[in-house]
Amino acid sequence: MDVHLIVNGERAHVDVEPRRTLADALREDLGLTGTHLGCEHGVCGACTVLVDGAPARACLMFAVQADGAEVTTVEGLQDGDGALHPLQEAFVAHHGLQCGFCTPGMLMTAAHLLDTHPGADRETIRAEMAGNICRCTGYQGIVDAVEAAGNARDTPA
Amino acid sequence: MKCAPFDYVRPAGVGEVVTTLRQAGGDGKILAGGQSLVPVMAMRMARPSVLVDVNRVPGLSSVETDGDAVRVGALARHALLQAQPDHPLLAEAASWIGHTAIRTRGTTGGSLAHADPSAELPVVAVATGATVSVAGPDGVRELDAAELFTGMMTTSLADDEMITSVRFPRPSRWGFAEFARRHGDFALVTAVVTEFGDELRVTLGGVSAAPMRAHAAEEVLAGGGSARDAARAASEEIEPTADLHGSVPFRRAMAAEMVRRALVRTGVEE
Ligand SMILES: Cc1cc2nc3c(=O)[nH]c(=O)nc-3n(C[C@H](O)[C@H](O)[C@H](O)COP(=O)(O)OP(=O)(O)OC[C@H]3O[C@@H](n4cnc5c(N)ncnc54)[C@H](O)[C@@H]3O)c2cc1C
Ligand code: FES
Ligand code: FES
Repeated sequence: MDVHLIVNGERAHVDVEPRRTLADALREDLGLTGTHLGCEHGVCGACTVLVDGAPARACLMFAVQADGAEVTTVEGLQDGDGALHPLQEAFVAHHGLQCGFCTPGMLMTAAHLLDTHPGADRETIRAEMAGNICRCTGYQGIVDAVEAAGNARDTPA
Repeated sequence: MKCAPFDYVRPAGVGEVVTTLRQAGGDGKILAGGQSLVPVMAMRMARPSVLVDVNRVPGLSSVETDGDAVRVGALARHALLQAQPDHPLLAEAASWIGHTAIRTRGTTGGSLAHADPSAELPVVAVATGATVSVAGPDGVRELDAAELFTGMMTTSLADDEMITSVRFPRPSRWGFAEFARRHGDFALVTAVVTEFGDELRVTLGGVSAAPMRAHAAEEVLAGGGSARDAARAASEEIEPTADLHGSVPFRRAMAAEMVRRALVRTGVEE
């Protein structure tokens, strides 16, 4: 089936079987391998992307359902000149990743979190990030990174 | 794992949904939020040959006040329930469902039709005496939430029926308490207390195949008993089973504590 969508601000088209998940279409058909697949049943959060601005599990949506939608993946976080997003900088600075497998989902979840909860405290960050599983870091660095990025954003330079 | 192949249909109206399901002859499934169906398909525990995507059926996504109740469209997402101000108990219950990325997609109709014994919305539906509107080949019928849930993940819906909306009456007072290992995990026990007129209802989720009213606890309350006495009665009348998440005594203790908390939150004397 033909699917027309906007991915990271650019028009995209894929021709897929209905059972193709959005995650697989992004990775296999569009070559955007930043979106990772862990569990493929909604639990780990590695595949989290933004669909029309809201976080969604790309493993639980079929690509055909995204026809006409706007999708943002981790590749879309950087701005045009290739500079890292402040959240990505914060993950680097605060040891928010080790192997990096969970990181794309963590970043997309955190990006939405900071947009919807400006000035989020640690407790809110912990609660909101609880749907993303990390097998390496022990989470402290991730919470530190999101908190730091939130603070940096709330303090105008 | 990946899902088995299926035909994909995206009807523009409820009538077409029902016709498509009917033509599929029991081998079709409605796809709403996909937060329960897609995992089950990915694990190949379900292999429908036709998926009927209802996400673009118009007019089913709103939450509206309807007299002393709130009418929720089948496609209203958990995130919308959480954000609406008209039915605070529904908002509280929705906030306990999974995580943000689940709540942006999962729907009210899907949660009721899936009928997971640990899910929050079925408990609220039974606790408030909700009325479920169901479209089928012979038109629309209405049924009590208590008649919808017939057992573990089973409902009285026919293969060619679709929930279109749910009417949740507003209790005058209420209390909600849930125990899960981590916030966002499925509940081990959910207790919902609702007051209608001078009647206090105690409804439990996670302790039986379908949400259940704790009638012994309700009798204690009707007789002027305390929250603690009612909580004890509730823990004695349930018949929980042991699994890797907890033993029978543990589940009874958690049920008692959640009932106590929900009653105290309602304003019942401890
Ligand atoms: C990681 C994770 C955590 C979760 N945690 C929780 C939790 O804590 N509590 C909780 O309650 N749920 C939880 N869920 C499940 C979530 O709430 C689902 O959204 C919900 O159970 C099903 O709704 P859906 O719209 O996604 O339905 P779908 O998955 O699309 O469908 C589920 C079933 O209902 C049928 N169906 C859907 N809509 C209708 C309709 N209108 N009429 C008739 N049949 C219909 C489908 O055919 C299918 O059989 C979780 C899910 C995930 C992935
Ligand atoms: S791969 Fe989608 S949630 Fe794990
Ligand atoms: S950094 Fe390895 S899983 Fe999170």
